[in-house]
Amino acid sequence: MNPEFFIPIPVLLSQLTLGLVNGAFYAMLSLGLAVIFGLLNVINFAHGALYMLGAVLAWAGMNYFGVGYWTMLLVSPLIVGIIGIIIERLLLHWIYELDHIYGLLLTLGITLVIEGIMRSAYGVSGLPYAAPSELRGATDLGFMFLPNYRAWVLVASITVCLATWFFIEKTKVGSYLRAGTENPKIVESFGVNVPVMITLTYGFGVALAAFAGVLAAPMMQVSPLMGQNLIIIIFAVVVIGGMGSIMGAIVTGLALGVLEGLTKVIYPQASSTVVFLIMAIILLVRPAGLFGRDK
Amino acid sequence: MREYKSSVPALEIEDLQGWYGESHVLHGVNLKVYPGEVVTLLGRNGSGRTSTMRAVMGLIGARKGSIKVNGVETINMPTYKIANLGIGYCPEERAIFSSLSCEENLLLPPKIRGAGKGMSQDEIYEMFPNLQERKHSQGTRLSGGEQQMLAVGRILRTGANLLLLDEISEGLAPVIVQALARMIRTLKEKGYTVVMVEQNFHFAAPLADRLYVMEHGVIVEHFEANELETKMPVLNELLGV
Ligand SMILES: Nc1ncnc2c1ncn2[C@@H]1O[C@H](COP(=O)(O)OP(=O)(O)O)[C@@H](O)[C@H]1O
Ligand SMILES: [Mg+2]
Repeated sequence: MNPEFFIPIPVLLSQLTLGLVNGAFYAMLSLGLAVIFGLLNVINFAHGALYMLGAVLAWAGMNYFGVGYWTMLLVSPLIVGIIGIIIERLLLHWIYELDHIYGLLLTLGITLVIEGIMRSAYGVSGLPYAAPSELRGATDLGFMFLPNYRAWVLVASITVCLATWFFIEKTKVGSYLRAGTENPKIVESFGVNVPVMITLTYGFGVALAAFAGVLAAPMMQVSPLMGQNLIIIIFAVVVIGGMGSIMGAIVTGLALGVLEGLTKVIYPQASSTVVFLIMAIILLVRPAGLFGRDK
Repeated sequence: MREYKSSVPALEIEDLQGWYGESHVLHGVNLKVYPGEVVTLLGRNGSGRTSTMRAVMGLIGARKGSIKVNGVETINMPTYKIANLGIGYCPEERAIFSSLSCEENLLLPPKIRGAGKGMSQDEIYEMFPNLQERKHSQGTRLSGGEQQMLAVGRILRTGANLLLLDEISEGLAPVIVQALARMIRTLKEKGYTVVMVEQNFHFAAPLADRLYVMEHGVIVEHFEANELETKMPVLNELLGV
């Protein structure tokens, strides 16, 4: 066999596993974007910045107040959720009737403000954040040593994704959300307080992003720019999966993470572009996305 | 004059002006509906009947004038608060949700706090057996007639007592129209107040206690059911019936 095309199975499996961890991140972030877009009709460019804010808050909690990882895993999404509620009430609230481009521009502006503030406070070099002691070390899977922290990230993000899916698809409140995504005015005419539902949905969506940010903190350097790199990929995931589908966002996120891992083994040079290549193909053959409905 | 007219109107619209953006479509609508009445709003297409109902629900661009529900002024209220005064609105476009099953569509509107009991799910299924048979189907997979039954049925559960029904007979087979006529009679017996927008004069006229006719965004005629005969020539001219 030509050694150049020979891929050792353990290498393949370990890249697929790491890809799955990345995919779980993509899933959690694109899920929030999809839920927000569904109900608010706003393409939330600020998602990456709020993800970063989640991570920075975790770091700040540790360094200024000595508050540990587990507490910040709850507190940080809570704070970012409240910031989201304020952003929705103060800013987004006014633009729902307008074209998508205004929502995109407004949230881009919000992104620049948040990233600007964080950059002037912390610079652009990364801030180190250690994983909690319970999750240090690695487990031997036979084909690889999987860092325990990554295993935890995988479990936590998939659990959160599935819980969100269950809430939206299987509960009464979730049925308001689904119906509101289709026709908010009619749902409101049934006496449902849709304006509050919209505010809380935005708060929840960005809290998910912050949760992902805290999960990411120990895996990479916490930096004011960490959201920028990710948001572009997340947008591609959402375009591929189709805006507005919950399961679509989850499945596409996981699948693309795995695909990226696979590409790293087969043709490493393409691993950072493969997602965009797929996006281009999907846009050509199925513009509404794999799971999308035409709106 | 019937005795109930001394009570507070369930719906009282005075000098209602309404806009979609820049376009002014309601030019001073006046209309009163008393508790327990069935009132029909007739008019040609584009005369402003749907807009009047949407204005009551706060669903048009801007509105001015006065709309009182059981004596409460609603002109500055958000839609959900208006609905919670006890209104059930069945829109012209039916608005069945495709991401919800038939039964989820039926159960979607929440009970209105402090309102009456409303009909039970069983009573609604009894009235519209098709809905029970198809309860697991996706809402928008139902036939036009079934979707109409669903759109009406779902607002009967909430305890809302004032029903706004926009062209419920439109485009439906005669047997379904008859079923809907029976439903309106049942609702009247149960004490509901009903405002019906109709194009189908022959469906609406026998059900109504009073009739209003709209043209170009204002009420142009208004009479009681027992004056129907003498008003036929006028109606002929206004509606071409
Ligand atoms: N969404 C809208 N935007 C602008 N104009 C509208 C809209 N809906 C209705 N209109 C206009 O308002 C007028 C009244 O329409 P409508 O209330 O639907 O009448 P009807 O229900 O009696 O057929 C018509 O001239 C119609 O063109
Ligand atoms: Mg109409």
